[in-house]
This record gives sequence, C-alpha cells and structure tokens, in this order.
Amino acid sequence: MNKRLVSILAVVALGLLGLFGPWLFPAYVSQFSKLWLFIVLALTWDLVGGQMGYNSFGNIVFFGIGMYAAAVVQVGLYYPVAAYTAAKGGGTEFVFDAAQFYTGLAVGLPVGGVIAALVALLLGSLILGMRGHYFAIATLGLAVAAGELASGWEFIGAGSGMVTPTPPDSIDTTILFYYLSFALAAVTFGFLAWLYSTRYHLAINAIRDDEDKAEAMGHRTTRNKIIAWALSAFFLGIAGGIYGNISKFIDPIDVAFNGAEIGVWMILMAILGGMGTLWGPVIGAAVFYITKELFWTFLLGWQRVALGALIVIIVVFFPQGIVGWLKERWPEIFGPTEEEMEAADARKGS
Amino acid sequence: MSRPLLDVRNVSKAFGGVIANRNVSLQVKRGEIVGLIGPNGSGKTTLFNSIVGYHPIDAGEIWFKGEEISRLRVGAIARRGLLRTFQQTRIYGRMTAMENMLISLPERKSGFFDLLHSRHSVGIERAKELLEFVGLYSKRYHYAGDLSFGQQKLLEFAMALINEPDMLLLDEPTAGINPTLINGLIDRLRRANEELGITLLVIEHNMRVIMNLAERIYCLAHGEMLAEGKPEEIRNDPRVIDAYLGAH
Repeated sequence: MNKRLVSILAVVALGLLGLFGPWLFPAYVSQFSKLWLFIVLALTWDLVGGQMGYNSFGNIVFFGIGMYAAAVVQVGLYYPVAAYTAAKGGGTEFVFDAAQFYTGLAVGLPVGGVIAALVALLLGSLILGMRGHYFAIATLGLAVAAGELASGWEFIGAGSGMVTPTPPDSIDTTILFYYLSFALAAVTFGFLAWLYSTRYHLAINAIRDDEDKAEAMGHRTTRNKIIAWALSAFFLGIAGGIYGNISKFIDPIDVAFNGAEIGVWMILMAILGGMGTLWGPVIGAAVFYITKELFWTFLLGWQRVALGALIVIIVVFFPQGIVGWLKERWPEIFGPTEEEMEAADARKGS
Repeated sequence: MSRPLLDVRNVSKAFGGVIANRNVSLQVKRGEIVGLIGPNGSGKTTLFNSIVGYHPIDAGEIWFKGEEISRLRVGAIARRGLLRTFQQTRIYGRMTAMENMLISLPERKSGFFDLLHSRHSVGIERAKELLEFVGLYSKRYHYAGDLSFGQQKLLEFAMALINEPDMLLLDEPTAGINPTLINGLIDRLRRANEELGITLLVIEHNMRVIMNLAERIYCLAHGEMLAEGKPEEIRNDPRVIDAYLGAH
C-alpha cells in the first residue's frame, strides 16, 4: 500500500463520513459541524505557520471579522443594522423568511471571507515585512485589539454582542450548518491539496527554510507571504461566518476574537497533527477536538487542567506531530519513496 | 571599450567605527572570470553583500548592465540577473535537491500566476541536466539538509545555474569541498562560463584554484583595493605578497 492509495482511501472515508454523518451520529451533528470548522482553522493556520514558517497568533482576527461581516450582511440586506443590534436582534419587526435567510447566508459568508482576506492583505503589507519571531510577536496583540475595538463599536452591538438572524422554524439549521461546515472543510482541503501541488507551495516552503536565500534568488517573498495570509484569512472568514450562525450569538471577546481558546487551539491542532503537511491539521483537529469534548464531558471542572496537560504532551512528545511520527514509523506507507517521486516526475514532467 | 557588466565605483561601507570597504572600485566585463582575493577580514564578503544589496552602501555607486543598482533590494537585483552564493552554504534543507532546483528557476519575468503552475510542469529536465552537471543526479530526491557540506555547495551552485543569471558572485566555492573534487569543480565553473555565458566574480582563498581559474584578479587589503591584474602579475606583486601571500 503506498502513500497515494492511503490518501485516496482517507479522502473517500472522510467524504462518506461527512455526507452520511448526520445519519451515522444523529446525536452529535452540532459537534461534528464544529469539528469540520476546526479542521478549516487548523488547515488555514498551517498554510502560514507550517508551510511558510510564520507563526501567527493573530489568525483568530480573520475568524472574528468574517463572523461579524457575514452577520452584518445577513441583517443589512433587509434591515438597518444599527436598529437591529440596538434591539439585540429581537422584536417582531426583525423577521427573516426562508428566502431572506438563505440569501443572507449565500451573500454574507463569501463577503465575510473576502473582507477577512482584504484585512489580511492590509495587515500583511504592514507587518509581513518582519521576519519570523518579530512577526509572531506583532500578531500577539491583534486578537486583543480586535476584541476591544468590536466591544466599543455600537453598530455591531459593542460589548453586548450581536444576535445572528433567526431563521424560520421550517429550516433545520443544525443540518444546514453541518453541511455548510463540511462543504467548507472539503473545499478548503481540496484547494490546499491543489495549492500544494503548485510552484507556489515550493515558494512558501523556501521562505520557511531560508527566507534570505529565497530573496537572494529573486523571489518576491513579501508578496508571497501576504498572499498566503490572505488565502488563509479568506477561508477563516467564511468559517467564522458559519460559526457565528451556529453559535447564534456573537460575543466580541468570547466568540469572535477568542484568541485565548480558539486562537491557540488552531495552532495546537496543526502541531499535534504535524505542521507543514496536508493531512496533519486534519488529523490534529480531529484528535484534539474529540479529546477536548471528552474532557469537557468527563472531566468537568478539571477540563482546562487536562487540556493544559495535553498541550504539554503534544509539544514534548509529538514535536513532529502525528503525521511526522507516522512517516518515521512507517515510511513505506506514509512517506514517499524515491521511486514514487521519480515516477511522478516522469509521468507529469516529460 | 565596451561598458562593463558590473561596475563598482568608489564604494565605501562602514559598520560603526569599523571601515569594511573604502573607495573600492572594480569592473567586470561580460564573459569574464574575475577573482577577488585578500586576507581574512579584508572586506571581500562585505563587498559582495554591498553589490547584491544586502546592506546599503555609505558612498559610491554600483552599476549592473548599465543600470544603477546601488539602492535596489536583494530580490530586485537578483531578478536583474545578478546572483550570489554564500560562504556558508544556503539551501532549503527540508526540501529535496530536486525541489531546491525547481524553486530556483528564474522569477524575473514571471508574475504570481506563473507560480500556480504544477511544480512538475516547468524545468524538470533542466533541473536533471544541471544536477547531472554537478554530479548530484543520484541524490536528487534526498533532502538537501541531509547532503554533505560539499554536496550542498554543489547544489547551491546548480541552483544558481538554473536561475540563468548574467553574472554569478561565488563566495569561496571550493571551501569544504573534498580536494579530489576541486579540479572537477574548476572545470564546471569554467564550463558554466563558456557554455552558459555566465560571468563570474569569485572570492577564493585557494591560490591554486584562483590562479588557474581567473583571467584577472583584484586584491583587497584592509578594506581597500590593493592591486588588480592578471594572475601572474598578482602573484608577483610585492604589495600582494606582503599583504596577503606573504602572510601564508
């Protein structure tokens, strides 16, 4: 069994699990929705942190921006946003019929992604000239700053937060958001699988390995870094839009810009699964999320202690992540052989 | 007289109170192989760094292909066809030798969307040829970080060649190379010059290598240009013997 076959089987298994999940695990549909979104968080963080070597502690900002932007568009298409947030989303005058709800989502989610990406382009052009650790430090305060800004902006509900549009009872939102989350995870995975087959992947890997060298070879390193961050932000923004609707209420600190939890978790998931790999973040997110849910269920009161211990174990015992460990343990299955790579070259290159 | 490909005019560079280069001038014509020698600390690598834009110069001008490049950044200079290799080899250690080659293809004419081509669609045959040229074909799928120091030097040289530069600045290309392979490397440098038309400016401490390879040699001492001439002239120049050769 070679790596390619393992990948195909894993994709098929995940696809089937995703499609039939609501029938296989009817009691856990909401949890699985969040799991798919967590996979997106880990995958998009790894694009910048793992593949490019730029550890961003600020990616949660794009998640929150997408969340707010999507909600504002969903509301703003039909009602004045300020009046809606002032009424805390309540009142009989703010009713969304099925068509309005679906249209709001169809427009709001992509807009959330685009705005998040535009913010990443702007922020990136300001701070991605910095190298490695300096960039990481610069991103540390982003989530805090964004949370504080959102807490003071009345238009989006300020510190009182914002209720996302309530759909009519005819819509089963649990199933709707499950499939939206699954679709987003599938599209993000497919997009990154394609992106990692291109020369751009080599270009960001070169930045990870030796940015000075890449620049000395004529690479436009700053441009390549900014684009990677914007791509990451685009999918994060959409994920935020879906997550906000699942949560039904956007709190600026605890939901949208929750850097201390979700912002850190997306990094841990990528590390646990294996940074700089396509499958690592997927596996890392699954293992982390399921473990976290178990802690919250069976170790209530001690769940954060247990999670802290898990983080230490991850960093100390799995520095290469699960995929790195698998490649080392079973290279014939999980690592490409020379012959495979040569065959791939011959097939595609000549 | 034809315009030099590289024209360094009265360049000075100091780090705090330490003057690394003072009024250094140097010209290299297209197609030449020129040597740059000098004792340790004489400012050779600083001059390389200045030429390729690693740090701003304090005074003087640097021209390449008739364009002033003194204020350009590293990447912009590289995209104009002026590349360098490093004294301490710089390769992408977690990528294979082949990947190192493929990502070293020239970017000067391509936009971002060219990077979205399949990594296997461009340059594979050329990468194989050049890996064969430097004797690393059998190592093409080894991680570059796992190669020996000498092999990494050869890989870095091949990466520079696939970038198709007009001019290549080589910082001690034979340092760390097995002595039995040095003649082969000299031959490859000469072939890169003759067959690929790449102009070379070479820093080298191995006198046998530089005297054998270069058509002209510049000698730096204490940050200043001490002498310039053909290898036999440099070999017999009493100032050079005193400042550099005599020290050995």
